[in-house]
Amino acid sequence: MNNEEPPIFTYSQPGKIGVNLPAAGVETTPLPAELLRQDDLAGFPELTEPEVIRHFTRISQRNYSIDTGFYPLGSCTMKYNPKLHEEAARLPGFAAAHPLQDEALSQGALQLMYELQSYLGEISGFDAVSLQPAAGAQGELTGILVFRAYHHDRGDTQRTEVLVPDSAHGTNPATAAMVGLKVIELKSDARGNVDLDDLKAKLSPRTAGMMLTNPNTLGLFEEHIVEICRLVHEAGGLMYGDGANFNAILGIAKPGELGFDFMHYNLHKTFTTPHGGGGPGSGAVGCTAELAPYLPGPRVRRRDDGTYEFFTPEKSIGRMKSFHGNFGMLVRAWTYIRSMGAAGLRAVSETAVLNANYVRVMLKDIYPQAIDRICMHEVVLRGQIAGAPKDVRTLDIAKRLIDYGFHPPTIYFPLIVPEALMIEPTETESKQTLDHFIATMRQIAGEAVETPEVLHTAPTKAPVRRLDEVRAARQPILRYDAEAINRLQTAS
Amino acid sequence: MTHYIPITDADRQAMLKAIGVERIEDLFVDVPASHRFPPLDLPPPLSEPELMAELNRLSELNAHARRYSIFLGAGAYNHFVPAAVDQILRRGEFYTAYTPYQPEISQGTLQAIFEYQSLICALTGMEIANASHYDGATALAESAIMALNVVRNRRKIVVARGVHPQYRAVLRTYLQGLDVEIVGDETPGSSIADALARVDDQTALLIVQNPDFLGRLHDLRGLGAQVQARGALLAVHFDPIALGLFQTPAEAGADIATAEGQPLGLGLAFGGPYLGIFTTRQKYVHKIAGRIVGVTKDVDGRMAYVLTLRAREQDIRRERATSNICTNQGLMALASAVYMSLMGKRGMRMVAEITYQRAHYAAKRINALPGYRVLADQPFFREFVVQCPRPVAEINAALRAQNIIGGYDLSADEPQLGNAMLVAVTEMNTPAEIDRLVDVLAAL
Repeated sequence: MNNEEPPIFTYSQPGKIGVNLPAAGVETTPLPAELLRQDDLAGFPELTEPEVIRHFTRISQRNYSIDTGFYPLGSCTMKYNPKLHEEAARLPGFAAAHPLQDEALSQGALQLMYELQSYLGEISGFDAVSLQPAAGAQGELTGILVFRAYHHDRGDTQRTEVLVPDSAHGTNPATAAMVGLKVIELKSDARGNVDLDDLKAKLSPRTAGMMLTNPNTLGLFEEHIVEICRLVHEAGGLMYGDGANFNAILGIAKPGELGFDFMHYNLHKTFTTPHGGGGPGSGAVGCTAELAPYLPGPRVRRRDDGTYEFFTPEKSIGRMKSFHGNFGMLVRAWTYIRSMGAAGLRAVSETAVLNANYVRVMLKDIYPQAIDRICMHEVVLRGQIAGAPKDVRTLDIAKRLIDYGFHPPTIYFPLIVPEALMIEPTETESKQTLDHFIATMRQIAGEAVETPEVLHTAPTKAPVRRLDEVRAARQPILRYDAEAINRLQTAS
Repeated sequence: MTHYIPITDADRQAMLKAIGVERIEDLFVDVPASHRFPPLDLPPPLSEPELMAELNRLSELNAHARRYSIFLGAGAYNHFVPAAVDQILRRGEFYTAYTPYQPEISQGTLQAIFEYQSLICALTGMEIANASHYDGATALAESAIMALNVVRNRRKIVVARGVHPQYRAVLRTYLQGLDVEIVGDETPGSSIADALARVDDQTALLIVQNPDFLGRLHDLRGLGAQVQARGALLAVHFDPIALGLFQTPAEAGADIATAEGQPLGLGLAFGGPYLGIFTTRQKYVHKIAGRIVGVTKDVDGRMAYVLTLRAREQDIRRERATSNICTNQGLMALASAVYMSLMGKRGMRMVAEITYQRAHYAAKRINALPGYRVLADQPFFREFVVQCPRPVAEINAALRAQNIIGGYDLSADEPQLGNAMLVAVTEMNTPAEIDRLVDVLAAL
């Protein structure tokens, strides 16, 4: 299974085809010669269906996935993706419906969207939900555009700054910059919370709002959350909640009740829609009634006669993408919420937090906890093992985990923790799996002291070993080029 | 415990003891007590068979391609999806993996994206492609952000009227905070030449679409050189199926080429998830947004794939990144790569040709109906404008009764065309289906 699979282009033979298409079956209209492409699709491969299937099946086997193993990638919520959801999204009325067909012909889809809006609002304590954003980062962009529109609508055009803690995901500052706002970084205090003195010093009439992940990226619940929201509001700013870590607080706390004004949900984290090797996701957003008029459209509402229709809020910032969001992801999230119910969702978060704390207490004597507190759904440890040589780093621990059949945790994030190992077990893992992982982490710590070279040379059991990433960037090969690949393979 | 949570009561007790707390509630003491454990007012949970029944009920409340003939396009097209595409998408190794940050155990996803990038370059003639955007609209909006970063000190974007109205709307949403002027699409019926005339020494980018929103094919050869002579860039929004036959964005001299990848095997899916295709010139590689996969070697000299040129991205560059994009449409890029591999050189051409021929057959037959007139002053590919004797809404209501979804009503977007319908025909519309549409229209 670890055999290399050559690029698909190397299988190509002239004349092959992998589909069985109908004849046009109509009288022929001449093609406009001056508009035809000149190169006859040079470089396009020609294969049959069995060859294509074997190729992609073989490369799939060179992937690690949730279905094949434990994937404790912090901040990414790599929980099990239920198989029912895959069937649901492929029902013909969802998979083969046109997005612009008449609303009267789309009542099932609209009802599902309307109900999902209601469920997400209820779970988070918000009055209004838009399902349009395609990913968390697009939800952030939506929120900051809404903040800007809200302030401008009130004639308040001086609010050009967004406060972002130093522990935040990179998307937060990148989002503020995309809206032309200035990012002001906030320090964290010794307990991993936002430093309140720093916050007070940086709030001003220029503050458009603050972006906060809660629980934060240290896996800790912000102890002063209510006061933070109050301070930001007193300064005239708005509170944005990054919902990346929402899996910790379903039925535990509602961001809208804590004082947030707006948040995005990562349906591909908390609500089990698959990550797909990097998308598609869904970054639906929720907000207070005060901000609802600015949400992107179309949203769905229920008419008096019980039917459903699309509408665009009166002061909407506009569309974030074409059509109605990543609808297939909405079907999966709806199905999940209807499977779990209120008690089931609370059990999800309780168990996610239980699992993370179990890993924490079983490992922190060897891998120091970044901040020694009860954690939420994830724990941040440091890959600094007593007695190991200084050149044994978190990267080496991560790569050694691969040899033992685990996906490594998130590493070197959050940026404020040296040698960070961010572990998020999720609720869909058994105690046996956690115990196996804990025992492996302890074994690796022993190896770090006794035989550090096995960490430096890891992984040795993966499809490939450590890569020359500098070469990839300095001599980039970004599309198939037989000569360039040949040169690469013969270079020393 | 639910069927997705494998922790037993005994496990829980043992784990709580190890943690040193009595009850699970003790893990949440940091949550303000007044806000802790709010009730959730949600419907009671359903079992799997009950849920599947409810999902089936909702699904069948929608019209769909198995029960209706679809002549509606306007940015989402009912093209053929080979069965083999979904078989690959259903592999858990692909769809339950995360972004390939650990390349040693993500070679499958990385190789698939590399092959996607390569296929898109071959299809478009462009030099580089990224790993995808959310959809065609956001890819187009990101082309404007990139142009503003490449062409310094120019704050105007010119967008032709022929660009999909939803894409133009998204462009305006994305740029509303950036002190940028967006012009060129104000006048209904205005042409690419009209838009080109707006490109001046303040313009960073001209955006055109080919085929345009009304389905018309344009000869864009030389356009890139004309735009570049004024110091601006050219972005062409193309249709990936049309490229089986027609001019590539590279032949137009485009600096950036974007597309909606939905026709490449993704199905209609009520609007998403789709695929934003983004390509540009090699020299702008450090200016583009999103992920890119490259080739390198491992320490044993084996060829391997890896995310590269990452210093552009938000997790490294933060507020100085080229975009905030993180999660994109990876699985949809895979789907399109499988689709393009199955089609190959001949299949891509055949799909384009069947589509073209059937669309022209439909246009000729509809044009022959009394009171109907097809606007065919320019070549078209898959969609064409029909001026109708009655409001399009009325005609579409009559078609619905015959299980036909008619074309897009242009009365809101292009009122100068009168009762105009934008009709789309693909290789999925059989000649018999087209004849039936014509018969129903004739009988109205």
